[in-house]
Amino acid sequence: MNEICNLSLLEVKEALKKHDLSALEVTNAFIEASDKIKNLNVYNTLTPEKAIEMAKHSQSRIDKGQGRLLDGIPIAVKDLFCTEGVSTTASSKILNNFIPNYESTVTKNLWEAGAVMLGKVSCDEFAMGSSNETSYFGNVINPWSKGKDKKLTPGGSSGGSAAVVASNSALAATGTDTGGSIRQPVAFCGVTGIKPTYGRCSRWGIIAFASSLDQAGPITKTVSDSALMLNVMSGYDQKDSTSANLETPDFLESSRVNSLKNVKVGIPKEYQINGMSSEIIKLWENGAKWLQDRGAQIIDVSLPHTNYALPTYYVIAPAEASSNLARYDGVRYGFRKPKDNLDELYSSTRAEGFGAEVQRRILIGTYVLSAGYYDAYYRKAQKVRNLIINDFSEVFKKVDVLLTPTTPTAAFELGSQQDPISMYMNDVFTVPASLAGLPAMSVPSGMSQEALPLGLQVIGKPFDEENVFKIAANLEDEAKFSFLKYN
Amino acid sequence: MPIDKDTVSKVSNLARIEIDDKQLEKLSKELDSVIEWINTLNEVETEGIEPIAHVTGQTLPLREDKVNDGGYAEKILNNAPEQASGFFVVPKVVE
Repeated sequence: MNEICNLSLLEVKEALKKHDLSALEVTNAFIEASDKIKNLNVYNTLTPEKAIEMAKHSQSRIDKGQGRLLDGIPIAVKDLFCTEGVSTTASSKILNNFIPNYESTVTKNLWEAGAVMLGKVSCDEFAMGSSNETSYFGNVINPWSKGKDKKLTPGGSSGGSAAVVASNSALAATGTDTGGSIRQPVAFCGVTGIKPTYGRCSRWGIIAFASSLDQAGPITKTVSDSALMLNVMSGYDQKDSTSANLETPDFLESSRVNSLKNVKVGIPKEYQINGMSSEIIKLWENGAKWLQDRGAQIIDVSLPHTNYALPTYYVIAPAEASSNLARYDGVRYGFRKPKDNLDELYSSTRAEGFGAEVQRRILIGTYVLSAGYYDAYYRKAQKVRNLIINDFSEVFKKVDVLLTPTTPTAAFELGSQQDPISMYMNDVFTVPASLAGLPAMSVPSGMSQEALPLGLQVIGKPFDEENVFKIAANLEDEAKFSFLKYN
Repeated sequence: MPIDKDTVSKVSNLARIEIDDKQLEKLSKELDSVIEWINTLNEVETEGIEPIAHVTGQTLPLREDKVNDGGYAEKILNNAPEQASGFFVVPKVVE
């Protein structure tokens, strides 16, 4: 195993600062690691030359004593962020040949802070999926499949981002989360990730799925690594009309608080779903006990509309997606199926360019928005969404954060979930916070009976990532999770 | 069954996604089970509840109506499946 790749982001940062390691040494180690994980199908595009060039720039700044926050830190980018001059596909055939002329705000922030781009990692097509199996380029394999007799899903949609960090092949990765697309894969791959409050990170230049829900966030091994990444990724951006005009607090500071005195942690009873496995119940109880040991007060709370979050999400997200994905028409960019008639060109381009799950969601979205059904479905879901938000507002009058499991199970076998609704159930614990726009973080906190990682989720108040980081860091300390030895 | 083959056919036309007859059967079953599941929302009393589209309650900011980007049509056209003389090319629509 390569020793450099086994370090955390902050450890590498420290070593670079002390000149114990050079940026080029670090980058080369991770380029080599990327070559060794080809069997996991993590990358859609590798950019080693770009990485080396960026590392050289970082080193010259470090040498001059002008090192920036992420100088010399190799990261992977979910293939949903537009990167100038570098293929950006959303893991879809319809964008297979798309090369953006612009850089997303989040990745721009990262490059300006000195981060080094290793390449673009796979995800579910247009971020629609919970297993990475909807990617046009084939699924990613969960690195925890190593030594097991079956191939496991890395989760989705940010499956490539979670797998690349779990396999020690990048120090961090960007992800996006619409209904759980950061939190579920990090739980399945035994790493850490946060979906910040809606509006914290700019959505500009991120290929849109469901605009009222989409948020970018970091995926890393440790909580403090995520804190530093989010410090850089966050910030007001005029180019995103929903970007919050707020100062970014120092999340790294929050992740270093190790007393939870006067902190109130809510345990929502509705998250105890029917048929929940005893290992998940045990994990959840452990988490609550750890926080209690650190001085937190544990309080039982109720979020009465929790059961309705998933069906609400499966009206709102497809509705927004059907509108956002109308732009892929084979005219201005992307794949085109040539036809003599314009209408046929549109409909055959979209039939061939989009995969089955994307088509299914566009059709559901079009149906719930169509004349005669709009009030019964879309408007109804918007009202239930309001009730779900109210549930959280009420509970947050009594507690500072909520603690729940991240997923109802550990990673499942690739190909084992064929029915759309059972696949949707993966996000049962992550979707409610998405609908309410709340910050939520998953921390690897235990192992299943099959020796697979399990995650706990910390949900916070709007724009209170500081408490989320604080609680997550304490969970991490207590859980003492052993990361996968890989590469 | 609220979603039959005709409904899927109508919706797929609205969405401009071509669907063949074989797929229609399978898709109508799948969409019907999803919509049936979504119908559980009818159990929720929403009389007098406002529909919500934006979670943070922020209003849309305005900016000065001034051009602040552009002037690189050629770069944009580079991504087009077909282009000619600075235009996107589509099949003839006017006789």
